[in-house]
Amino acid sequence: MNHAFDIVIVGAGPAGLAAACAAAESGQRVAVLDDTPWLGGQIWRGEQSRPQLSQAQRWIERFRRSGATLLDRTSAIACPQPGVLLAEHPDEPREIHWQRLILATGAREMFLPFPGWTLPGIVGPGGLQALVKNGWPVDGKRIVVAGSGLLLLAVADGLKKHGAKIVSVSEQAPWSRVLGFGPALLSHPGKMLQGAGIKLRLLGVPYRCGVWPVKAEGDEQVRRVTLTDGRNTWTEDCDLFACGFNLVPNVELPLALGCALSDGFVRVNEWQAASVENVYCAGEPTGIGGVDCALVEGRIAGCAAGDRHAPAKALFAKRACWHRFRAALARAFALRPELKSLAADDTLICRCEDVTLGRMKQFNGWRDAKLQSRCGMGPCQGRVCGAAAKFILGRGMESVRPPVFPARVSSLITSGTSASNPNPNQTTT
Amino acid sequence: MSQTRDIIIVGAGIVGVACAMECARGGLKVLVLDRGPIGGGTTAAGMGHIVVMDDSEAQFALTHYSRSLWHELRPQLPEDIEIEVCGTLWVAADDEEMAEVHRKAKNYGQRGVRVEVLNSADLEKAEPNLRRGLAGGLRVVEDFVIYPPCAARHFLEQARKHGAEVRTGVHVKALRSDGSVLLADGSSISAGRCVNAAGPWSPALTPGLPVRKRKGHLVITDRHPGFVHHQIVELGYLKSAHSTGRDSVAFNIQPRKTGQMLIGSSRQFDADDLTVDQAILDRMLKRAIEYLPALGRLSAIRAWTGHRAATPDKLPLIGPSTVSDRIWLATGHEGLGITTSPGTGRLLADLLLGRKTEIPSAPYAPARFANGGAHHE
Repeated sequence: MNHAFDIVIVGAGPAGLAAACAAAESGQRVAVLDDTPWLGGQIWRGEQSRPQLSQAQRWIERFRRSGATLLDRTSAIACPQPGVLLAEHPDEPREIHWQRLILATGAREMFLPFPGWTLPGIVGPGGLQALVKNGWPVDGKRIVVAGSGLLLLAVADGLKKHGAKIVSVSEQAPWSRVLGFGPALLSHPGKMLQGAGIKLRLLGVPYRCGVWPVKAEGDEQVRRVTLTDGRNTWTEDCDLFACGFNLVPNVELPLALGCALSDGFVRVNEWQAASVENVYCAGEPTGIGGVDCALVEGRIAGCAAGDRHAPAKALFAKRACWHRFRAALARAFALRPELKSLAADDTLICRCEDVTLGRMKQFNGWRDAKLQSRCGMGPCQGRVCGAAAKFILGRGMESVRPPVFPARVSSLITSGTSASNPNPNQTTT
Repeated sequence: MSQTRDIIIVGAGIVGVACAMECARGGLKVLVLDRGPIGGGTTAAGMGHIVVMDDSEAQFALTHYSRSLWHELRPQLPEDIEIEVCGTLWVAADDEEMAEVHRKAKNYGQRGVRVEVLNSADLEKAEPNLRRGLAGGLRVVEDFVIYPPCAARHFLEQARKHGAEVRTGVHVKALRSDGSVLLADGSSISAGRCVNAAGPWSPALTPGLPVRKRKGHLVITDRHPGFVHHQIVELGYLKSAHSTGRDSVAFNIQPRKTGQMLIGSSRQFDADDLTVDQAILDRMLKRAIEYLPALGRLSAIRAWTGHRAATPDKLPLIGPSTVSDRIWLATGHEGLGITTSPGTGRLLADLLLGRKTEIPSAPYAPARFANGGAHHE
């Protein structure tokens, strides 16, 4: 089915909602598409059905009043030509035509391989939070939380509220850096209160900095996690291990559109415009900055795409403030070099194709390794191993091929051309 | 050492490395150069179908010879080459195509190629996912499927065992008539002879070669083991074999050892970029779904393109060039480079070493295009 809009926004998380509101308030025909059936993206998952955060409620409500169209359960999979997105929907393939496009594709958890990391029961903190919000029971379960980032605290807090026994929360960044993050919190009262509130509720749970996992063990399921602070090493028993190392931006669709990156993030100008004409980008793909940063970038992108430059400009100072927060976040939670040597040569790095780190290291670069070992060629399309390889070996995915997400073969076909009488003139090999 | 180097092979695609393997085995001192990774060009983009073809006598001779060399190599090929002896199933949509099945069966049978003719009911049983009502098919039993980049690496390892040297990341600018190779950085490497095995890029190194880029598209699915059991190719192309269309698609699907389905195919001249052409992709996939109605529901994980090196008479260029007897060629294999790489390597080495070739080499001699590169279809 064909859909045509003035402004199309990919992603209904905070950046996408804010962009949609700002664009629709400019009087444009606006649509937001999202893989999920709800508004709010991964970060506000569950808010639509069970409201908890007033900020999320305000934006969801504002979006509903904005007049923008929501195309839910719609995953953008390819960009067959300028001005067209091809998307998969459970009922039908969709072709979405746009004059201007705002990419608010968010971020995903970053996983690093260590011995045992593929055992059942080891999940990303964000993934576990999503499972629990969907009703997966964790009552009485012993959970070790480790990795990096503010998400660890938020997730541990949520799990505890659902009756889980949080054995410990380990942040890989050293105390000195995490404390250095304090001033950034202070300049953002909302964040500070959130942080403090979480800490209060977590009383009784050890939150340690400068501690990271080195190994997980178990039979059919994770049973023990070995942690270290660089000097001492110890083991903690658990039923589940929530482990993730900050976030990786979802830049696959921007790359497929030809947007230039710098340092792994989509490069944008002051109007949030990417290097490709009429394409804008907001939120995590431009830098991991959290909800408030995403909201202000989304609003600027929405205004700019709707040719309302004055209100966009009025938000520049606020954005600059959140960009300082974003920079502080990156400094505080930078991954320590020791994490590069967690994986042994026999540790899997590509779970889809069962490729070990040792095998990957035999080859000269990502493409050579990919061709010879098939790493990154499975259904995750290199999303997990590509980010890990980039961190560990300094090499990773170089290009994106359609579809951006696995999609039904029939969804790759556009309505534009007739298939009749294809005139094949030779057989093939 | 460079003064004692016999031969420089430019291009570490499967054809170049097969030449390197055979030359090194024959005692020649070989250097292989490529700008990218081993088998990273057309070899990486292709399907890896080892198939006997009979569009012409010469095509039959080279594909049949090469397939027998592949079968000889099989016991020593490492596991990651993922050999799957699934056979080829040529599908006939109607009686006219069925007549071609019988012609092909006779032609193959007379020359010792194992084939089986399938009627409509046999075909349904052999491939239940094909649409009903097809006329029948021809099973070429000993055709098979491999994963080409690992085969290229293996050939190169064999070449190395026999003393060949390999340098990747080297940009070659030209092959020169004294047998030396000029690099992009201005330096040159000397040798007795050089071989242009750069496939679609070969005319850039030896101007005037009658080789054109012919773009192809492929789509690979997630693992759906058993969806089809053979490499299935339509015979329908024959009806429009004389079509003047610049772009064409044909139904061609391959079951990988991993359980993935590799879907082809397309052919386009004058399409030098590697972006996926949506109009061609649409046609190619619709054509495939016409034959396999359930294919549309499978999960696709990647589409990509590559370039074949096409010659006007659909036969490769193997042997000394018309430019200089110190510049040799092993290029122009179009869609059959994976199949014919062992035969090409053997022919080239036999010619270089003055040995008797096992099949006549004249049909592939570059001299057949003595009038130079203006020869286009």
